[in-house]
Amino acid sequence: MNDFVDAIQFIFRSQESQAGGARIGGAENLPLLWDHLEVTGAAMLLAIAIALPVGLILGHTGRGAFAAISVSNVGRAVPSVALIAFFIAFFPRTSAFVNVTLALALLAIPPILTNAYVGVRQVSTDATDAARGMGMSHGQIIRHVELPLALPLIFGGIKISTVNVIATATIAPLVGVLTLGDPIISGSVYGRAGQIGASIIVAALAVAAEVGLSAVQRAVTPTGVKLQNPKRRAQTSP
Amino acid sequence: MTLLLALLLGAFALAACGEDDESTGGESTEQPSSTDGGGSQIQRDEANAKIKLKIGSKNFTEQKVLGEIYAQGLRAAGYDISTDLNLGDEQTALKAVKGGDIDAYPEYTGTALLSFFGKKADELPKDPEAAYEEAKKGFEGEGLTAFPPTPFTSSNEVAVTQDTADKLGLENISDLEGQSEKLTLFGSPECRQRLDCLLGLQQVYGLKFKKFVPVDLEQRHDVLTSGRADVSIVFTTDPQIQREKEVLLEDDKGMFPPYNSTLVMKQETADDVGPNFEKTLDMIQNQLTDENMQELNARVDLDKKDAATVAKEYLTETGLISA
Repeated sequence: MNDFVDAIQFIFRSQESQAGGARIGGAENLPLLWDHLEVTGAAMLLAIAIALPVGLILGHTGRGAFAAISVSNVGRAVPSVALIAFFIAFFPRTSAFVNVTLALALLAIPPILTNAYVGVRQVSTDATDAARGMGMSHGQIIRHVELPLALPLIFGGIKISTVNVIATATIAPLVGVLTLGDPIISGSVYGRAGQIGASIIVAALAVAAEVGLSAVQRAVTPTGVKLQNPKRRAQTSP
Repeated sequence: MTLLLALLLGAFALAACGEDDESTGGESTEQPSSTDGGGSQIQRDEANAKIKLKIGSKNFTEQKVLGEIYAQGLRAAGYDISTDLNLGDEQTALKAVKGGDIDAYPEYTGTALLSFFGKKADELPKDPEAAYEEAKKGFEGEGLTAFPPTPFTSSNEVAVTQDTADKLGLENISDLEGQSEKLTLFGSPECRQRLDCLLGLQQVYGLKFKKFVPVDLEQRHDVLTSGRADVSIVFTTDPQIQREKEVLLEDDKGMFPPYNSTLVMKQETADDVGPNFEKTLDMIQNQLTDENMQELNARVDLDKKDAATVAKEYLTETGLISA
């Protein structure tokens, strides 16, 4: 219980490090938090930029999906620590920030890709047929019919990836990118309170991302799709 | 974590392979003439055969090499020696020697003062002799005796690449003054609060770096060779220093406490080993300089030889035993 109190103090109050000489906690956490968000944001943008178009096109054409999804899932099977070590070993001259971003993006791609693919596949053929009958091109069908209808699932994927990346970004300090993982890894500097304190911040970030993106997910769900929601229907019919 | 280390070490090994033959040959021919004790061979004394000793060591490369060097050197002098060279950390080793599981093991004076005798980092003596005397006194309180220390010290040091040293004209740590604001320093996470690391550089030398980046200890040479770090904190006996042509800056204000190695033995055992023991010990270790220790560590860590082979090489190359 005492550790917990110390951990809360660590979050809010700046203090001496374990052996003295360095300031930790409180305001000192802000640069760590900022780097954490920066590396998470960069990795997520990169992952979305790659996985979303690929997922939409695969879902639209229905071809090559097995290969693409398998390949990206293999990426997920390799531990992120190993990926970071791999990038650092083979691109030693690239900045550590870029290497960590690449490794985290690879972690983030599979859920987004799979969800985008499944999201598009489950759009009813009636809708796409009707769109095609109205003379829409493939690009128009993807943008105006399939993407909106797949959005809830796509945001589900982004949500899973974001939470994963927020949690995994804690290993970045191993290669010198100072995220909130620093207090967790450098126990001799931050002490147990710092370790628990930083963990609480990371957990809070993950929960915030989950809640925030869930709200976005609800907001982007088309009204027509919402009406099909069985729970809603149960409420409306006695 | 292990994967990270394995990959990084693998990368080291690959990088180092290219230039092995050249530097191994070069260094070893220089060794025999490096100190005055060189040339004389360890004499076998049959009277020593009845003295049975078990030499221990902690569980990392340098310690294992040291343990083997002592064991083989003492064996050459006729002592009946066995070894137990993988004892874990210093607390385990201390317990083993006190409990009689082993008779002696090499310990660093700085480590002994910090982790056995409750010294604070800022109270550590800067003079190797004083540090040894203090450690010796501490060991006496535990019923142990500490034999005179090795010439080499295994402490932190400030390293830069040859290029950086040439470009900025660096020789001493104080040469960094006025230039450090443009340099990035890499060190272990603990470095931030250690007096023999970042904290000392700030307080003793008054240096401010552009940025301090804590990384995993294993990457201390990698960050230099890859150019990510301008300055990195390394250990004086690291094998990569010679092989990667790094330059250690002279600690001209004496901020790094001495970590010379001293053989620690139970007092009652030490009373029985005979008068020649200390003389033999001195012969064995008086050529263990920083450079020689780097080379020996390199042969184990980078050339993948085992500690026993490397210890034998040291003893033959220095002429202490005949090949």
